[in-house]
Amino acid sequence: MSNNESTTVAGMSPPLTKQRIGRVDTAVNSATKLINNFFEWFGNLGIFFWRVLRAAITPPYEWRELIRQLDEVGSRSFPLVFAAGAAIGVILSLEARYSLTRFGAKSMFPASLVYSVLQVMGPVITGLMVSGRVGAGIGAELASMKVTEQIDAIEASAINPYRILAATRIAACILMLPLLTLVADASGLLMGWLAQTLVEPLSFHQFIESGFKGAKLSSFLPQTFKTSVYGLIIGLIACYEGMSTRGGAEGVGRAATNSVVLASLFLILSDVVMVKLILVVFQ
Amino acid sequence: MATTYDSAIKTVDAEKEDSAPIVFVKELQKSFGRHKVLNGISLSVNRGETLAVLGRSGTGKSVLLRIIIGLETPDSGSVCINGQDITGLSLDQMGDIRKKMGFLFQHAALYDSLTVAENIAFPLAHHRREMSRSERGDRVKQLLAEVGMGGDLGKMPSDISGGMQKRVGLARALALDPEILLLDEPTAGLDPISSGEIDDLVLKLQQERQMASIVVTHDLHSARSIANRLALLDKGNVVIEGKFEDLQQSDIPFVKEFLKQS
Repeated sequence: MSNNESTTVAGMSPPLTKQRIGRVDTAVNSATKLINNFFEWFGNLGIFFWRVLRAAITPPYEWRELIRQLDEVGSRSFPLVFAAGAAIGVILSLEARYSLTRFGAKSMFPASLVYSVLQVMGPVITGLMVSGRVGAGIGAELASMKVTEQIDAIEASAINPYRILAATRIAACILMLPLLTLVADASGLLMGWLAQTLVEPLSFHQFIESGFKGAKLSSFLPQTFKTSVYGLIIGLIACYEGMSTRGGAEGVGRAATNSVVLASLFLILSDVVMVKLILVVFQ
Repeated sequence: MATTYDSAIKTVDAEKEDSAPIVFVKELQKSFGRHKVLNGISLSVNRGETLAVLGRSGTGKSVLLRIIIGLETPDSGSVCINGQDITGLSLDQMGDIRKKMGFLFQHAALYDSLTVAENIAFPLAHHRREMSRSERGDRVKQLLAEVGMGGDLGKMPSDISGGMQKRVGLARALALDPEILLLDEPTAGLDPISSGEIDDLVLKLQQERQMASIVVTHDLHSARSIANRLALLDKGNVVIEGKFEDLQQSDIPFVKEFLKQS
């Protein structure tokens, strides 16, 4: 019996081992493919960036298209960024008042709100909002142009598509992000103060004076201007995803989704590096 | 002081230049993955001549045109435009070559966010910066009149038919007065009447402008009416090249089958 069992087990053992080896092999292959794709994506993004940079710094310059894109990225994102900033201001105001009252530090409320909005939430919320609206828009628009051969038509007309399509959009994102961040900051502070003053009246003058007491310009400027890097990330990834898409409507959808997801992810990852960098350099 | 001998040499040189092929494609090879699309194609087109490239779908006709205008890079072989090898040129270097070419895409590829007039003005605005806005407007009207669409300036591409889109695409391709015209399936997807109108238009423009044209098509009737020479492609190779009569007299089974089915 015992012999029989051991024979059976011994008999079944080789195929099981083969199956396991097969599974491990498949997993290793998948992991290798994933790593390859990741590096290939980065490599292609680097080549794309180099082409855009070269096109951007050499004449002719596409001023008219740049102005159109500044309007598209800036003015048209204004209401969204203003609303998002306002909502964040109200939420932070409610949360901060509750927490500070609990710890007996109610007098810290204005400074707490100002620092939370200007240093953390304003820039990040602006970046994510623009990534959603502008990133998806650029990705879908360029992908649609790509699959309908409009980008090829631009190139066939002896016009550099990296210059007219990508460089202008990326430059607009870089230039407009800090300005939109100021909008989100202003609406956040305004609505945060309003939420506070409805519960416990506090003059706006007093709120600002107390909030900015002892603050230096260097405490807020780097946080605002770091959003230019967000702009670069959003514009670059959206343009790359759009201009390198393949495969009809599905490709357009994929480009729009990838633009938002990847831009948002890299925006947050870059923030980790930039926050540390700003702390080291400016404090 | 130029002698009679010098001027005679100049005349001979000019004649040579005229007779030299303006487009010369030599042993082009192109694969996408494992699929070989072009397998060593050689073709040439002279000034004032129209070459029709025929073949079944997927035989690399459109890829050939895209390589000639530099939208695709060949795996090997060369493309010479006016004697200059353009394979391997950068995007900006290609710009100067492309200004001499007009390209009509299979689906017209009009810019869908611009009006008909803006589509045609687009290359002019970038390459004829010396033109004033009114001059550009006049040129657009003239080009649209040339393709029989004088009254549709303000329409959007989505508001006009496929045949009209092809006409606008043709007007855009002609905007920079090209020496070479590349037409990718100009009559594909059109009804017989619209196809005939496009053929007549291409023929008229060809006679007026004396460009070197390459027309990619699977429409034998269209090719016969607009081209001086025909080249039939199969499996990435030129099976036969010559006049329509040469194709008719050919004993090659594929040529016979193609003519029979067309």
